[in-house]
Amino acid sequence: MNDEDLPQSEREDPRREFRHILMGLASASVLTALAFFLAVAKPLATGWLLAALGGLALVQIAAQFRFFLHVDLKKSHRDDLQLVLFAGLVIALMVGGSIWILFNQHARMG
Amino acid sequence: MSAGKNLHPGINLGHSDPAGHHQAEPVMFGFWIFLMSDLVLFALLLATYSAMSVHGVAGGPEPRDVTDLASAGIETALLLLSSFTIGMASLANKYHDDGRRLLQWLGLTAVLGIGFLAMEARDFASLIAEGAVPQRSGFLSAHFTLLGCHALHVAAGLLWMAVLVLQLMATGLERALRLRFMRLALFWHMLDIVWVAILTFVFLYGAAG
Repeated sequence: MNDEDLPQSEREDPRREFRHILMGLASASVLTALAFFLAVAKPLATGWLLAALGGLALVQIAAQFRFFLHVDLKKSHRDDLQLVLFAGLVIALMVGGSIWILFNQHARMG
Repeated sequence: MSAGKNLHPGINLGHSDPAGHHQAEPVMFGFWIFLMSDLVLFALLLATYSAMSVHGVAGGPEPRDVTDLASAGIETALLLLSSFTIGMASLANKYHDDGRRLLQWLGLTAVLGIGFLAMEARDFASLIAEGAVPQRSGFLSAHFTLLGCHALHVAAGLLWMAVLVLQLMATGLERALRLRFMRLALFWHMLDIVWVAILTFVFLYGAAG
């Protein structure tokens, strides 16, 4: 298809997509470096440190979904977005539930 | 007109191949269902790990004893860079018809992936040499199961790349290969996302906790 037929926004696809991938690499690098710094320098009390590391991981996972997998709230096809969100819900329920039950069982056996 | 609309998450072929773009919709959606169920598997292995790393040590090595942050850092860098290079391969897949550039980026991704696996093999070997074997404790069983499952996925991705490269060399960049590559790229990005969780909850938590 001739590029000239396309509106301006679509002609910029290659550059926009390249920028996305670069943003993915940059944000993941910064977040990873920050997480390593926290784990090595230990500037916080253990509880806060673990919470901060978990938070950084969640932010990085969201960033990678956004920039590498191109899942976003606006341009995504409905079904796919619902699939991803439903998988997120299933994972939260199963992981949260498993950890709750396993720790509770351990406490009862002690 | 609908060639300009995204039909699935990930890089869409769009105007570069409108017919392929429409063919991609059902196969990519099916692959997303697989990816999400794979993610559930990893999430549950991680949940098991988190319980075992606290209560399943059985007097043996603890998470901090088996955590090698330098090695984990190199592995993270290799896998993140390979996620970037397969993103560049995705652009080559979409915008270049001759397939040469796709082969170059794919080759670079494979080299980084092999480096990652070699580092992990070294980690496993040094754990086993210290007597930290899977049968030592529930914690070590969970550790080897989680990391081994991820490493197997990476190895499967590398095998997939090798098959794709052979097909590319045999037929050139046909539409079917374009669509297969797009699924491989999603799979590879997902392995890096799983690694972010493993890095945090296994290695960084092991060093910090």
